[in-house]
Amino acid sequence: MRNVTVAQASDMPTVSVKRELLFQALGRRYTDEEFDELCFDFGLELDEITSEKDIISKEQGDGKAEGASDIIIYKIDVPANRYDLLCLEGLVRGLQVFKERIKAPRYKRIMPANGGVQRLIITEETAQVRPHAVAAVLRNITFSKDRYDSFIDLQEKLHQNICRKRALVAIGTHDLDTISGPFTYTARPPSEIRFKPLNQSKEYTASEIMDLYRTDSQLKHYLHIIENKPLYPVIYDSNGVVLSMPPIINGNHTKISLNTRNVFVECTATDITKAKIVLDILVTMFSEYCEKQFTVEAAEVTYHNGKTCIYPELAYRREKVKPDLINKKIGISETPSSLAKLLTRMCLKSHVTGNGNNIEIEIPPTRADIIHACDIIEDAAIAYGYNNIQMTIPKTYTIANQFPLNKLTELLRQDLAAAGFTEALTFALCSQEDIADKLGVDISSTKAVHIANPKTAEFQVARTSLLPGLLKTIAANRKMPLPLKLFEISDIVVKDSTKDVGARNQRNLCAIYYNKNPGFEVIHGLLDRVMQLLAVPPSKESGYLIKAAEDSAFFPGRCAEIFAKGQSIGKLGVLHPDVITKFELTMPCSALEINIEPFL
Amino acid sequence: MSPAMATDGPALAELLLQRLERAGGGGLGSLEAAAALGLEHQQLVGAVKSLQALGEVIEAEQRSSKRWELTPEGKEIVQEGSHEARVFDSIPAEGLPQSELMKLPSGKVGFSKAMSNKWVRLDKNADGGPRVFRAVESVQDLVREKLQLVQRGDAESLEEKDKNELKKRKLLMEVNIKTYWIRKGSAFSTTVTKQETDLTPEMLASGSWRDLKFKAYNFEALGIMPESGHLHPLLKVRTQFRQIFLEMGFTEMPTNNFIESSFWNFDALFQPQQHPARDQHDTFFLQDPAEATDFPTDYLKRVKKIHSQGGYGSQGYKYDWKLEEARKNILRTHTTAVSARMLYRLAQQEKFTPAKYFSIDRVFRNETLDATHLAEFHQIEGVVADYGLTLGDLMGTLREFFTKLGISQLRFKPAYNPYTEPSMEVFSYHRGLQKWVEVGNSGIFRPEMLLPMGLPEGVSVIAWGLSLERPTMIKYGINNIRELVGHKVNLQMVYDSPLCRLDA
Repeated sequence: MRNVTVAQASDMPTVSVKRELLFQALGRRYTDEEFDELCFDFGLELDEITSEKDIISKEQGDGKAEGASDIIIYKIDVPANRYDLLCLEGLVRGLQVFKERIKAPRYKRIMPANGGVQRLIITEETAQVRPHAVAAVLRNITFSKDRYDSFIDLQEKLHQNICRKRALVAIGTHDLDTISGPFTYTARPPSEIRFKPLNQSKEYTASEIMDLYRTDSQLKHYLHIIENKPLYPVIYDSNGVVLSMPPIINGNHTKISLNTRNVFVECTATDITKAKIVLDILVTMFSEYCEKQFTVEAAEVTYHNGKTCIYPELAYRREKVKPDLINKKIGISETPSSLAKLLTRMCLKSHVTGNGNNIEIEIPPTRADIIHACDIIEDAAIAYGYNNIQMTIPKTYTIANQFPLNKLTELLRQDLAAAGFTEALTFALCSQEDIADKLGVDISSTKAVHIANPKTAEFQVARTSLLPGLLKTIAANRKMPLPLKLFEISDIVVKDSTKDVGARNQRNLCAIYYNKNPGFEVIHGLLDRVMQLLAVPPSKESGYLIKAAEDSAFFPGRCAEIFAKGQSIGKLGVLHPDVITKFELTMPCSALEINIEPFL
Repeated sequence: MSPAMATDGPALAELLLQRLERAGGGGLGSLEAAAALGLEHQQLVGAVKSLQALGEVIEAEQRSSKRWELTPEGKEIVQEGSHEARVFDSIPAEGLPQSELMKLPSGKVGFSKAMSNKWVRLDKNADGGPRVFRAVESVQDLVREKLQLVQRGDAESLEEKDKNELKKRKLLMEVNIKTYWIRKGSAFSTTVTKQETDLTPEMLASGSWRDLKFKAYNFEALGIMPESGHLHPLLKVRTQFRQIFLEMGFTEMPTNNFIESSFWNFDALFQPQQHPARDQHDTFFLQDPAEATDFPTDYLKRVKKIHSQGGYGSQGYKYDWKLEEARKNILRTHTTAVSARMLYRLAQQEKFTPAKYFSIDRVFRNETLDATHLAEFHQIEGVVADYGLTLGDLMGTLREFFTKLGISQLRFKPAYNPYTEPSMEVFSYHRGLQKWVEVGNSGIFRPEMLLPMGLPEGVSVIAWGLSLERPTMIKYGINNIRELVGHKVNLQMVYDSPLCRLDA
């Protein structure tokens, strides 16, 4: 969902869950309104109530939706840092703990009974392309269709969010009973890697695989991550069977099915912290379906330098926060034990210590988002209920000041409108053509800042003049009765090496008169009026004056430069017929553009 | 036409009024009145209209009726006699050669008619060719007499077949005309006083206005719009928001720097370098000038540390923080970059003093465009920095702020922002849509953002933001953002937009 205010678009992942499954897992039914309310309090958003059929007919047309399921689906927006809520299992666990219907489970890493821990060996070659890997085993798991779908879906959600489209982390899950360890994570030239990719019927080399997926609507987005590397990452079992070629595709050989009982999970990464989080999330969510619930079998990862790590970490961290601090930051006055109870409802198991002076909080491996006391305080506030907090007005006493440049702008705007000119509001970004070719100058002679990644020509540069925007405004309003008299007071942007970022804004005033006659005297009169408003008299010594000048945007002999405060502040004149034509206008036109910053 | 008949307006109008007086309460028809006064109907209509303009002197109800009128040829016959009569008159006792008769203007038509009327006879064997003689002593020109009746407005006394016969001869025509049925009005009088259009300086000087009558104004018509310039609706709303912040004691931040470094836009706000908002798909990066060069060195080191290793009680993000990422210049994606600069500056003061800041300015997003999203929009932002601010203080400040916007029903939803914790989205109940809609985003800045700046530990900073476009679109009922912002704006909309009073 596109956020309506100021948060950036890619912030919020959406999880789709079947309503029936959700209610079954929650052990009760809700009306849509009740569930919406619950989501709101918990910081989720019930974005849409739909069905597979609806989704297909919306995306592909009614015809295609025939026969599709009309089971109700809830689409729920989840905060971008709550990876533990990205699947049905996690959502239900979070909500049940929140409503105190269950206690948060305790996740446990166990060594295999027979001592034969699964091993993954990382070779030196991976250092150049994707240096990290973590692994774990989900032992004696029972899948159903819905569980299996959720398992696949969570991997996809993680890939899209914390894994940054597989660039940081890529997950591979394999049927452990089809392979035998130890496993080797290495990197090889693409020509030397050969296997049957997932859901394909024959073997391809790595190079062929890249070609194969160049048109694949999903996989094509990941090819760039390794494409130009001399070596591609690959994981083999002890018999040379390819498990996966991360971050692109798994091998078909190890494909998991509804009958799979033992799952080998590997995550390869460029960011080890994120790899550990991803692994912890995946195994904590799905260990629910293991024979020994919420246990995960360890795997051993050995780096080429001999360093050995046991994964998943499933680390519980303890933090101490003073109850007083929590109360003060939120603006409530709860007892320490009540605060501990609130936190426990957020899957942060807490208890009061030290004669009630402290609360000890246990951060579970599912809550990687808790990195500071402020995160704990927020959870206490959520459990307390944001809307139960007493609203107060801060005692902060301050004297307001206007930003002088904006103050001047506000005053001038009023008087320009009073002078008969109408205010336009045009874009700060435009094409090179607008500020250069169309005004008869070369782009290299402007001090324009250039945008590196514009999606269209409309966003190539920041404007260096307000004039093109006003001319385009007139072009879009040619049906309006003449004369058209417009102005704008806004910022242009120019390169300036004295600034830390190498560019600065400049507040300009631009006005334009468009009629059957050029109306130079109208624009000139407006300049006189503006100077009068700024208390600058027409005078060579201490006031303002205009001097004949040449400018490619203006008709020869009909352009003057404006001097005030001892400096050139802009130009006015009759626009050049070429400029008028290039902006698709048909009438004579005169214009004025000045920098108002010298008048501060 | 009788020479006694005056044709100038007032005299004519008075004649009509006198006639109306005689007609009594039933009134009279304009056609009949014109005929009775020996006037062209159009002249009479003129008189009716001038009387109507005087107000309630008469009542005139428009009707439509058919009327017989002479064709130009019919009029000629009224003047000159029928063609056959003219032929008869032109024949002397000794007769006229047929060839000469045919040369006369009425010759051809008149001869055949006169023949069928048996008014003349033709001697084909006369000396010198066929010769025409009178067949009767005298004739009665009935055609002319009938047409005269029509001209006098007495077409009704003609028989239907006569009228049709004359119509066939193209001497008469039937026309549709608009007529009036005229009755006395409530201010009826048989004399017409000349009415003045408006007061003049001379009337004021001479005092003549006391004796004059003035034409009634038409209050149904619209006036003439004053010639003036107009302020843009979005910026009218901006002015109001500015006013609200100033009323609440907030100082305006200098946001006149569209180009910002990733450092101030993201890193300073503890937004990790792999965050999706820092992606090419979301943010406009600069090619030239591509990089920022100057940063506060010590502060930069503290920012690097908090990201990569943590500190100040934080775990950090534990990743390899790169200066080259922070250097990248962008078009700022939020004005919070300026808030960060302001808070850093505040932290450099020898002694901390509380501060309230606001800004309303442009921000840029390299996003997909649609009816409600453009690549640039205006962000409204408010920030309060002081010791001991609480979440309740943030909510209370928001309540006061939104009350000034005319929004009283608020509710708060937990949310996630990289640089605020706790974070809350602000919803208000929209009566039109009958649901809760998001109206803003808010939170308390993270310690990982504030402490590296050097702000004292006990200082909290609460902040909120919203877009300027959305409330403006709601206020002015605009559905497509392009009709509001940018060069495709409809200037008529700008001309017509009312005042902006947000709480009204």
